[in-house]
Amino acid sequence: MPTSAPVLSLRALSKSFPGVKALQDVQLDLYAGTVTALIGENGAGKSTIVKVLTGIYQPEAGEIFLDGTAVKFPSSEAAAAAGVSAIHQETVLFDELTVAENIWLGHAPKTKWGLIDVAAQRRQAAALLKSIGAKIDPDILLRELGIAQRHLVAIARALSIDARVVIMDEPTAALSHKEIQELYDLVETLKSKGKAILFISHKFDEIFRIADHYTVFRDGQFVGAGLMSEATETQLVQMMVGRAVDQIFPARVRNIGDVVFTVAGYSHPTEFADIRFSLRKGEILGFYGLVGAGRSEVMQALFGITKPSAGAVNLDGKVRVIRTTADAIAAGIVYVPEDRGRQGAIKGLPIFQNASLPSLTKTSRGGFLRLAREFALTREYTQALDLRAASLDQDIGLLSGGNQQKVVIAKWLATKPRVIILDEPTKGIDIGSKAMVHEFMAKLAAKGLAVIMVSSEIPEVLGMSDRVIVMREGRIAAELVGDAMTPEALVRAAAGLGEAA
Amino acid sequence: MSAPQSQNRHLPDRLQTPMARMLRSWEALLVVVFILIFTANSFASPYFLNVWNLSDATFNFTEKAMIAFAMAMLIIAGEIDLSVASIIALASTAMGLVMSAGYGVPVIVLAGIATGLICGAINGALVAGMNLPSIVVTIGTMSLFRGVSFIILGDQAFTGYPKEFAFFGQGYVFWVISFELFLFAVTAVIFYILLHRTNFGRTIYVIGNNPVGALFSGVRVARVRFILFLLTGLMSGVAAVCLTSRLGSTRPSIATGMELEIITMVVLGGVNILGGSGSILGVVLAAFIMGMVTFGIGLLNVPGIVMSIFLGLLLIAVIAAPKLIWRK
Repeated sequence: MPTSAPVLSLRALSKSFPGVKALQDVQLDLYAGTVTALIGENGAGKSTIVKVLTGIYQPEAGEIFLDGTAVKFPSSEAAAAAGVSAIHQETVLFDELTVAENIWLGHAPKTKWGLIDVAAQRRQAAALLKSIGAKIDPDILLRELGIAQRHLVAIARALSIDARVVIMDEPTAALSHKEIQELYDLVETLKSKGKAILFISHKFDEIFRIADHYTVFRDGQFVGAGLMSEATETQLVQMMVGRAVDQIFPARVRNIGDVVFTVAGYSHPTEFADIRFSLRKGEILGFYGLVGAGRSEVMQALFGITKPSAGAVNLDGKVRVIRTTADAIAAGIVYVPEDRGRQGAIKGLPIFQNASLPSLTKTSRGGFLRLAREFALTREYTQALDLRAASLDQDIGLLSGGNQQKVVIAKWLATKPRVIILDEPTKGIDIGSKAMVHEFMAKLAAKGLAVIMVSSEIPEVLGMSDRVIVMREGRIAAELVGDAMTPEALVRAAAGLGEAA
Repeated sequence: MSAPQSQNRHLPDRLQTPMARMLRSWEALLVVVFILIFTANSFASPYFLNVWNLSDATFNFTEKAMIAFAMAMLIIAGEIDLSVASIIALASTAMGLVMSAGYGVPVIVLAGIATGLICGAINGALVAGMNLPSIVVTIGTMSLFRGVSFIILGDQAFTGYPKEFAFFGQGYVFWVISFELFLFAVTAVIFYILLHRTNFGRTIYVIGNNPVGALFSGVRVARVRFILFLLTGLMSGVAAVCLTSRLGSTRPSIATGMELEIITMVVLGGVNILGGSGSILGVVLAAFIMGMVTFGIGLLNVPGIVMSIFLGLLLIAVIAAPKLIWRK
């Protein structure tokens, strides 16, 4: 392990936004050929530091040193020229450009006439992709690629600017198990090329697997740093949350009643076929599967977003026809979507308007708004979730991911649903909010709500569910209860493997 | 179980009082601009501060503003209707046809309003029903609607509207308050309530900020969009009645280019052209500002083309002002 001077260091860096101190006197060191994990809850300042390092935000105080010399990144171009490249949470690439164009955008090889040398661009892109072991045709449009392959393109782009510092902001959030393994291999390749890597992730197994150093932030402040080999999970969690989290999954009061919700023969021309299951009062039913197994598509059909080609649902003994989301909500079926930014939160509108949206018919009178009722409703449902915000009329877009999720959950609970579908409810949110969501789910089930939880995280599925349905390629591959619910059984069913020998 | 304890901190409803928020709003800036223009006008021309002249000046904006209210809602919802001026032409033509067939005032008015509604329904069905982009659809119907009135009228005009019909564009309700000004005030109040005080108005903002999120929250997005186009068509029909009555005739070129003046009014009123924010009060103030600028410059005998230069500069100045003032 190199013990030389850091390639990049930040010292006494501060950045604030109206009403929020996003970073306060933080420090960070990145070394060549080394992976440094940046750990912290949502709102700890991880995204802000990425934006400072890539020249998007300007810090108010503090210094950035590159090879020991103080530098400034007044623009993203300056950061790129200094050799800092970021692979973002939602990677910023262009769907309508080819892979080669995406890799070379902004610094493409030129002919002597000053035009883009298309042939050289393609050749060099192919070489870069090959060097990271990606089998991607440089001529196809980016929109034809899956998320994992997009990451490879982003990494090739990072290499194309000859980056010395590569920032990976939750690179595995949307990847399948196999793709994550490939990403690990790639990180090893980058290390061997002497890149300094900043790795941001919420997943501890990942951090322990891949990182050499760690730095922990909490509420915009530096808490500690050190070598991964000398750290324990408990220690890191304590540094992150500033308190001990003694158990990850809440104890459940199991109070399972009669069947309330039955789905029979739900099919879709392309996405899923013959989905049938039933759900009991007070039950948490887990849906596990690989990314692309059709779980979200089934849930969205149950919520009236897409129309099934066949099938029926029965709620409380009555057959319901769900053609629109409004039908679903009226029937008492609600859906907390996976894509919180696009489908869940209405960014630009205040918290209370988000929370009251599906309940407007209840808070209003004769179609006229009653703001006091909306505030009261919002307060009632967000309080139990420990929402952290400045005020209830704050734009939901200004909240951290975990807090946005709390508002989205609150808005659905306020409709007093019978069945709540949570699609990856803790994806990309910090450990504190995660525990909060888990605890809350347990409480909801205990109160008699029927809960469906779609999750790709095995510990979460096993820790929270009473029963698990595994989907594969649009069909139900297995239904597991009790002792049959093991990590191995889930993985085998999801991958289409037979029983363990 | 000692997962994160909830401290139950108290979240205030609001950080700023509505008053404080109001003072820092776009509308406050528009009030300042209005006062400046009004003062400048009263110094520039001795004829400006005369109630009858001022009353006359309101005809500059009342018809446009009635459509601008509906257009503001449409733009807040992330849509646009470029066919409004052509709807006026078609509605006015329909009124002329009905009048030529010998029908009386109620049927003439009804024909104008019904034509507006039908045109709005066509736009709405294409945009909301078939999920087409409104800018393209309404560029198409803009040519279509006016084209139909050209076919019907050619280089002819409908004249000879009955005397009583003149009331809508030339009549006075009370003293200097014209029927148009009265109608403007009534529609302003109705649209204010509709946008800011009803569930329907709330869903307009929701759709404008995040149409996918709106759908995922149970908002009937297509229905709201359709209703908004219907309302815009309705208001275009109403404006057509007023304008035709004021001019006393129908030509196929009636209201040409008015859609851009209406959109200017909406944007000047602080409505985000990309959707998601804006208010009726802002549009009302913008209507008065545009009316006063046009009138003031008219009193100084400045030609019409110079007037449009002034309006263009005003729009750019007012839009750029906050970016210059609040840059940091």
